Amino acid sequence: MMSLLAIRALVNLNGPGRYLHWGFIQLSVANALLIVLMVVVFVGAILIPFRRGKRRDR
Amino acid sequence: MSIQTGAARPSTDAESDSRQWTAKARKAAVAAFPPERLLPDRQPAYMASWIYVFGILTLVSLAWVILTGCVLAIMGPTWWHVSAVGLFVNSLHLWSVEAFFFFMVIHLWGKFFMAAWRGNRRLTWITGVVTFVISVGAAFTGYLSQQNFDSQWISTQAKDGINASGAGAIFNVLNFGQMLMWHIVLLPLVVVALTGVHVLLVRRRGIVPPFGVGSDTPSSAPNSLPAGTKGDP
Repeated sequence: MMSLLAIRALVNLNGPGRYLHWGFIQLSVANALLIVLMVVVFVGAILIPFRRGKRRDR
Repeated sequence: MSIQTGAARPSTDAESDSRQWTAKARKAAVAAFPPERLLPDRQPAYMASWIYVFGILTLVSLAWVILTGCVLAIMGPTWWHVSAVGLFVNSLHLWSVEAFFFFMVIHLWGKFFMAAWRGNRRLTWITGVVTFVISVGAAFTGYLSQQNFDSQWISTQAKDGINASGAGAIFNVLNFGQMLMWHIVLLPLVVVALTGVHVLLVRRRGIVPPFGVGSDTPSSAPNSLPAGTKGDP
């Protein structure tokens, strides 16, 4: 619950965004979290077993 | 094209028919895409992985983008800016674009690390990459077509970069009418057409197997699977 509230505070799309800075690189916290989520989904797609349907005999 | 006049045609007619461009095009299309390959009912066993799901998720998202975009075009800007349903459909349009890019990038990562251009699949990879780049342009012109302060900010920030590249002479981001036409006519046409070619190439060349699973190249038989793999319903 607290982490959800923290994310909502960081990613408030109805107000000025919060930004991360690394030299000339500037990235909004919302986009950074989205990229992290994409990496998590990508790794999950590789590691999580796919549920196989019933095998049909021909 | 010849016209049949009732009586049975001599064989010479059949021979001349086979030389027509329509007959040649039909034969080439059926040879390249036999029905079993165009709509297969069995897939290789290695496709039982979540990483192979992101292509179809991207396609479904694109269908939602086009559908909601058509509704917005029919109803017009006042509707999507003011009414509750219009705002909802406008949000659906935005979030289906977000989903489209989310799934497309994961699809791209999966195919990149699989080296999906193996086995004579270069054109499949290239059409995917080009579609991705053009989709970025379609999304960009969409942000410019919002008719709000956000689109004003984006267009005034983008104009210097576009003008510095020299493209500003024919692609003026401050010209709302031009950006709207690019967004709702030209770029969607190209994205949908290239997506169609991409999907047909996937059907033609087959889905790339993981490394070490059989042969990279599909055989010429319709609905064939790479060697060393078992078909799975």
